[in-house]
Amino acid sequence: MIVRLMGEGQYRVDDTLLARLNELDAEVARAVESSDERALWSGLQALADTVRADGEKLADDDLSPSDAIIPPEDLSLEEAKELLSGEGLIPDLPVTS
Amino acid sequence: MPGLMGRATLIIKAKFSKFLDRSENPNETLDYSYEEQLRQLQNVKRGVADVTTAKKRLELQYTSMQQQVEKLDGQARAALGAGKEDLAREALTRKTAVQAQLDGIMQQGQQLEAQQAKLVEGQKTLQTKVEAFRTQKEVIKAQYSAAEAQVRIGEAATGIGEQMADVGLAIQRAKDKTDQMQARASAIDELTASGALEDFTGGGDDIDKQLAQISQGTQVDDELAKLKAEIGSGSAEPPKEIPAGGEESAK
Repeated sequence: MIVRLMGEGQYRVDDTLLARLNELDAEVARAVESSDERALWSGLQALADTVRADGEKLADDDLSPSDAIIPPEDLSLEEAKELLSGEGLIPDLPVTS
Repeated sequence: MPGLMGRATLIIKAKFSKFLDRSENPNETLDYSYEEQLRQLQNVKRGVADVTTAKKRLELQYTSMQQQVEKLDGQARAALGAGKEDLAREALTRKTAVQAQLDGIMQQGQQLEAQQAKLVEGQKTLQTKVEAFRTQKEVIKAQYSAAEAQVRIGEAATGIGEQMADVGLAIQRAKDKTDQMQARASAIDELTASGALEDFTGGGDDIDKQLAQISQGTQVDDELAKLKAEIGSGSAEPPKEIPAGGEESAK
């Protein structure tokens, strides 16, 4: 599957990585719920590092859409809450679930 | 937002764009989509240029704050040279406060620098993708049936839309940061001008404030002593202790 690290680019990662990413994602969501900004940042960094370590960067002229998008590592608590509340960080992107 | 597994998540699930699906003529959709991409690319370029301009303005502001620090330092020296220790202390107190704020702004400035570098990269990637779309659309027109073309256009347009949104957000965040720094720098300008800097030792609670004042006080004492030593060693007279109420004792 293809994962986008916002502000950085897209990576092709093995589908088996999804479970690990979901785990980290859950940790990050908990950090936001308990308003722990440090944990939020370390969680986001862990997500990005996992993708960078196991993924292969897509060429700039590749037009594939991503299967998952990971927010920037320096996301503020406020921005993260906005993201979780469903108002969305990226207004123009056709995202739903 | 319900996430990948229907729970709270920060990972955003992207889906194919549906907005192009209804068109009868894929060729028209392709050309229209490309025109739209070029238009948005221009917006992105303008956005990146705006951030660069704002950053340059901030750099000018640092310089003026730096000059303010030097000026206050000069005033402190002059005051002490004239035997006015109270005045020298006041100037050094202001200098320390401006310096502390300046350090904070410089730190934010480094973060902004990093954001801006990524922004420029993102813009380049977007440009490359739009160019790739231009090539691909001719291939799609020539080789694919209408139904297949629809799918391919949808995918490519989504891929580009994603990059567009990514850079768009980066621009927005960099703009917010420059605005914040601008406001902070302007507040200091105003305070230095109005002389109300004493109250500007930080936004922490009372204990924080007291601690800041103590350390600032010590720093001022140190600097005052240093100045005294410098001025003292430069003159024929040995450095002498000036009592705090110097003028009263002279009566």
